[in-house]
Amino acid sequence: MAKTEPAPRERVDWWQGSTMTLLLLILISFILYPILRVLWVSLSEDRGGLTLVHFANFYRRPLFREALVNTLWSGSLVVFFSALMAVPLAYVIARYEFRGKLLLQTAATLPLVIPPFVGAVALQLILGRSGMVNLLLMRWFDTNIPFMEGLSGVVLVQTLHYFPFIMLNTAVSLSNIDASMEEMAENLGAHGLRLFRLITLPLMLPGFIAGSLLTFIRAIDDLGTPLMLNYKNLLAPQAYLRITTIGIHDVDGYVVCVVLVALSLTTLLAARKYLSLAEYATTHRGMPISRPLRGNKLALVLILSSVILGISLLPHLGILLLSFSKVWSFSLLPTVYTLDNYADILLRAPHFVLNTLLYTLLAAGFDVLLGAAIAFLLLRSRLRGRNLLDAIATIPLAIPGVVLAVGFLRVFHGWNFPVVDAPLTSTWFILVIAYTMRRLPYTVRASYAALQQVHVTLEEAAQNLGANRLKTFLKITLPMITGGLVAGGLIAFVTSCVELSATIMLVPRIEMGPISYGIYIYMQSALGRGAGAALGVVTILLVSAGTYLTHRIFGGRAGNAFRV
Amino acid sequence: MPQAAQVRLENIGKRYGEIWAARYVDLHIQRGEFFTFLGPSGCGKTTLLRMIAGFVFPDEGMIFLDDQPVSHVPPWQRDVGLVFQNYALWPHMSVFDNVAFGLRERKVPLKEIERKVAEALEMVELKGTEKRRPSELSGGQQQRVALARTLVIQPRALLLDEPLSNLDAKLRVEMRLELLKLQRDLGLTTIYVTHDQEEALAMSTRIAVMEKGKVVQVGTPREIYELPINEFVAGFVGQSNLFSGKILRLAESSLAVEIDDELIIHAAWAAVATRVTLGDSIFLTIRPEAIQLTKSASGPRETNQIEGEVIAAVYRGALIEYELRAAGKTIKVHAINPKGKPSYLRGEKVFASFASEDVVLVPIT
Repeated sequence: MAKTEPAPRERVDWWQGSTMTLLLLILISFILYPILRVLWVSLSEDRGGLTLVHFANFYRRPLFREALVNTLWSGSLVVFFSALMAVPLAYVIARYEFRGKLLLQTAATLPLVIPPFVGAVALQLILGRSGMVNLLLMRWFDTNIPFMEGLSGVVLVQTLHYFPFIMLNTAVSLSNIDASMEEMAENLGAHGLRLFRLITLPLMLPGFIAGSLLTFIRAIDDLGTPLMLNYKNLLAPQAYLRITTIGIHDVDGYVVCVVLVALSLTTLLAARKYLSLAEYATTHRGMPISRPLRGNKLALVLILSSVILGISLLPHLGILLLSFSKVWSFSLLPTVYTLDNYADILLRAPHFVLNTLLYTLLAAGFDVLLGAAIAFLLLRSRLRGRNLLDAIATIPLAIPGVVLAVGFLRVFHGWNFPVVDAPLTSTWFILVIAYTMRRLPYTVRASYAALQQVHVTLEEAAQNLGANRLKTFLKITLPMITGGLVAGGLIAFVTSCVELSATIMLVPRIEMGPISYGIYIYMQSALGRGAGAALGVVTILLVSAGTYLTHRIFGGRAGNAFRV
Repeated sequence: MPQAAQVRLENIGKRYGEIWAARYVDLHIQRGEFFTFLGPSGCGKTTLLRMIAGFVFPDEGMIFLDDQPVSHVPPWQRDVGLVFQNYALWPHMSVFDNVAFGLRERKVPLKEIERKVAEALEMVELKGTEKRRPSELSGGQQQRVALARTLVIQPRALLLDEPLSNLDAKLRVEMRLELLKLQRDLGLTTIYVTHDQEEALAMSTRIAVMEKGKVVQVGTPREIYELPINEFVAGFVGQSNLFSGKILRLAESSLAVEIDDELIIHAAWAAVATRVTLGDSIFLTIRPEAIQLTKSASGPRETNQIEGEVIAAVYRGALIEYELRAAGKTIKVHAINPKGKPSYLRGEKVFASFASEDVVLVPIT
């Protein structure tokens, strides 16, 4: 036994207090402050006073007005078409047992492993003006359908990429509905469609709406797809173009950024509200409903699902073909096959892959550390400022990558950061910081959920039996939360691999670019498309591996990672 | 208005894979009866209830409501009210909408619905909660809303699936009485599922004790408690001292059972329900509260009397629970209403005596 009697409470509080201060310092410097600077620029006049004149100008310019309307319209269309695909799939997966269900479930999440801008290129080859489908249409019917032209191309690509978000959220909501909820309604005389409308639909709605809002945020935040399809009349590409072509001092770019943030922040808050409503469906613990499915009904379900999934897997197919093709132009399929593309990206320009591994693994590591520390303070301390910490750590969910990047450029450009002795924006580390901050909400959520499972009494029991704080943490807490931490880190890793909207603005020099940047650069020229596709395939493999591991660790709860 | 019905199960069987969740179940539940399925978890009692409600269709046998076969009628056409263990109140509806649900399904006019819902809520003493959400009510209140929701449609039978198990002990006893009063007042045929033998004894007109999918014994609470038909019922319903022995002698008013060559217990013929012959192996049970403790030997020869040592004594207010060691056996004794009576300490020598009428013979199956 210790001879002296230390005052453990005070020491712990001091320790927690300094951690909290450090965390707040980091989050404020790299999240809150850059965004406030963007807001500030959009609101200040030349002489330094506050003004709304820039927003008035924004509204007066037809180009911006159109971009705003287009953004809202395309986001809504993406949600609408995604829902058409997602809800039937979610219902089938949540409510029926049948052979091939696991396959269907897996296939339905595959769209998530292909970055939307990669999918955009692949779909060009299949559905584009001189793509496979239109060539056939020309040959047989002497007509073509402009699937990929303008806004419809963006909507198509984003729908095929984002519908799993709606599906996963809806399925979770559905399977959380206790069987007795519906049985009671049957007992009192309701059945069939009426029962669905009165009981099932209202109970699954919160999950569906939350998923839809999430999809909306993702869609309006997506910069890569419109750039790849060369459709610029949306808010995200407008912000990007203003800053990159006119310059960092162009106020209009900042105004566009603020409008974007306002849109996604509103949407995020709405999603939160609906998810808190969704909790009520889960208060009762009982058996969810799952019925066997056979015969004609099964056949119908399988055919319908195959059609939906077949379409959503087209991009994967296209990109794979392209990566092995030497020439694929104005023909149904590639005319000459080759392995050169892979040689190109692995031997001649391996830095894209290596950079991605370096940046994303570093970012994932930081995210796990920060996320665990934040979750710990949120759950186990009574310090003031916890809510502020929570709020700032959540903000990145609603901050488009473009906006964060603009903020970073504004704040860190032009002065030498201590230690590195150069502007942060001229080092590759700025990318690591951007990834860390953008994906932080995921690890905070994962750590929070994991730590919540460790009831304080479990730690107290260990201490009661003689383990000190450190031993308790190492032997009880850490083993119990490791799974959650790793899963959170994997999600950060996977989603960083496909990050383009901040990357594209922040890459200091081309040789410092990660894989997503490489794909973008390669795709700019017809000759580079094959190599770009090969990089795309590498990305898909990285993301698949990460997603697979997440599923292994998270099990059936993996879908939770993609919720708000 | 639908009349309370009698419920008849004929040779009911339900199989899940290789396992029969229920089999050979023949029961005739009278109109207005409070009938309980009692058994440990997994004995098939809930499956039976769900078959009566129509959520599960039997693989064998027939179910009748009055004389109308309903085995394969879907749940929404059966008119039997079910109250779930977790209440199953819909969280997205107000209390009013929850209670009104069944009436709306039956296309009752709006005025009528309002009147009936108000009546039902008054009946369970929840007037004024119409606009609230279920989550704003306490557990006991939610339970009563669930009851009102089912009663308001005047079901032909009321099915209750462990409805009191989520309430705390005191509330449970209160709800028991309230439920019984409602049932009697409305004359409802009630089928009650529980694993709590005390609850079953207190509430039922008749009990069916179930084990592994079969009905082992059907009878009034008194019959079940006083004349258990086998070892399982004797052990499951109430506490008892259970010994196995051999029939040693048959006399005019009683018979003698020898236990392990060292103890002879006399049982009165009046309390023997089974057919026995000399030399049979048999179980016998004695309820703990039927045994008296005295400091010294006494009583006529015919009374069973065993000398033993107190190895545990637990004071419980209404009674003292003793455990004795006697003739190599452990014997449980409950001394009822111990106030002012002598009590015994651990290690004390005592005599345990009980009347031959309190010994129940149970065949070995």
